[in-house]
Amino acid sequence: MTLMKKFLGAAAAVAVTAGAALADPAIIFDLGGKFDKSFNEAAFRGAQRWADETGGKFLEIELQSEAQREQALRRFAEAGANPIVTTGFAMSTPLSEVAPDYPDTKFVTIDGWVEAPNVHVVGFAEHEGSYLVGLLAAKASKTGTVGFIGGMDVPLIRKFACGYAQGVKAGNPDATIIANMTGTTPAAWNDPVRGGELTKAQIAQGADVVYAAAGGTGIGVLQAAADAEGVLSIGVDSNQNHLFPGKVLTSMLKRVDVAVYNIMTAGENLEVGFEALDLSQDGVGYALDENNASLISEDMKTSVEDAKAKIIAGDIKVHDYSSDDSCPVLDF
Amino acid sequence: MDFLTIVQISDSALRLATPLLLACLAGLFSERAGIFDIGLEGKILVSAFFSAAVAASTGSVWIGLCAGIAVSVAFSMVHGLASITFQGNQLISGVALNFLASGLTVLVGEAWFSLGGRTPSLAGEARFPNLELPFASAVADIPVLGPIYSDLLSGHTILVYVALLLVPVSWFVLYRTRFGLRLRAVGENPAAVDTAGISVIRLRYTSMVIAGVLCGLAGIYLATGLGSAFGKEMSAGRGYIALAALIFAKWKPVPALGATLLFGLLQAIAIRYPKLDLGIITLPAQFMEALPYILTVIILAGFIGKAIPPKAGGEPYVKER
Repeated sequence: MTLMKKFLGAAAAVAVTAGAALADPAIIFDLGGKFDKSFNEAAFRGAQRWADETGGKFLEIELQSEAQREQALRRFAEAGANPIVTTGFAMSTPLSEVAPDYPDTKFVTIDGWVEAPNVHVVGFAEHEGSYLVGLLAAKASKTGTVGFIGGMDVPLIRKFACGYAQGVKAGNPDATIIANMTGTTPAAWNDPVRGGELTKAQIAQGADVVYAAAGGTGIGVLQAAADAEGVLSIGVDSNQNHLFPGKVLTSMLKRVDVAVYNIMTAGENLEVGFEALDLSQDGVGYALDENNASLISEDMKTSVEDAKAKIIAGDIKVHDYSSDDSCPVLDF
Repeated sequence: MDFLTIVQISDSALRLATPLLLACLAGLFSERAGIFDIGLEGKILVSAFFSAAVAASTGSVWIGLCAGIAVSVAFSMVHGLASITFQGNQLISGVALNFLASGLTVLVGEAWFSLGGRTPSLAGEARFPNLELPFASAVADIPVLGPIYSDLLSGHTILVYVALLLVPVSWFVLYRTRFGLRLRAVGENPAAVDTAGISVIRLRYTSMVIAGVLCGLAGIYLATGLGSAFGKEMSAGRGYIALAALIFAKWKPVPALGATLLFGLLQAIAIRYPKLDLGIITLPAQFMEALPYILTVIILAGFIGKAIPPKAGGEPYVKER
């Protein structure tokens, strides 16, 4: 009997230490896929950087369908992962269901909105970053018509579109903005063929700069713009300038990688709350590298830097679509 | 809506209709021989994947084309084996192939390129170039006819012209050759064909090979003409729309062209005008996208003539009981 107790005690001790050692962070990639060259890939890069620097490990899953959301959260929570990072606004609902069941686990939503004591919310000021690329688009456009192609038609993407439209109007008050959404289901994040056709339709209507805020669909947009003569595109989330050097005007950077890196570095000691990353913290911005250096003139650079300083100082107020679900300069 | 807009929408419609047309003709050959082919979707998908993957690896779209056709024909042969040789249920075999294609492409793609099931972007020689028809730029300024020729007809990849050419070719093969007569007969009354001393099995396998090649072309066009890489589930239901078009066209090649062009046009309009304003009411985008299916239901309900499938469709041929 005593022997049995000893064994059980040893087994319990092992279980406890194993539990402690298992507290790896976990990350759930949304339906666009881990390698969408955009939003999810940025999150992956952040996690990878943390793993490379610390030698740590993280659990990961790429969602394949809507039904897996809650399942994946529960699996990771039960496996002892902490914190669990989720990407994409669509995780809000499953997260608000699951989080109360695992009060000791810290969850993170990037782009989502959940009010729970153990959910950390990371938001970005996409409208500010989009304003800057909109300004550049207006300056680069020769036809005075620019395009916007969103992924799924949700308030978050309208926030991109609205910020962009305000930037365009600031650069050229007479400019025309053509805005299209790829679809109304999550499949719209991963439909490059439709993205390409939408782009061709916008080019046919005179657009010569097209901004894609559409996850994996955006690759089709960038490709169609690169194929057409004299048309530039604007990438999103990750720096996509290198995809078609000289054909991508710039990319609206959303530093999801930095956010994920910081969260994983904090690990279990993450302070739960709301974190808004905006221009002043370089949470959003525009990409300038050797691939687009020839496309951005000194004049453009000066005016965009000027606008950036004014937004940070509060002299320019960029309207946030999600604040009142309306956009002063663009009809949807 | 001005004239130029109509030309641009028709241009987009032609591009979007091409994969539908190729898949529809594939279904036509297979169903005319008495084999229901639900697996069009899966064949398009595997062909799109393997053509893009091989084109990306070798840098040549023509090698990609061969690979796409080969894989699609192989899928066709599996369908043939299950439904002709083993006399299995053709619908189940087709559905199984669709599932297999959807899983296989992502799995192999991830192992091959580690890009989450996507293939690298194709560029240069790895894509089909857009062909300029002769004198396209010279006649562009002629009113009305100029834009139609230089914008609508010119500037597509070679597969678009191949698809259009395949319509009269299919008609000729089906209605003006001995092979076509036998193929149609085998879908209506295989026992009569067998009595005449012609192999039902061989005819049906031949039709499956033709269907495989045509589906292969549809997938290749999707990945290397319309798109520039393979993306997960990129066929996006086109195989099913092609089946709907086949019913719409009452299993005839020339109406198949009309049906697929109509469906392509609906897609093009939905892309150009997500919300179609008809003055009195505004149609939402979802309605436009559902329209091909709604139309098919209306037709199946018998409002626009009767669509009679080949009589022996779906029935495995058994020589003796």
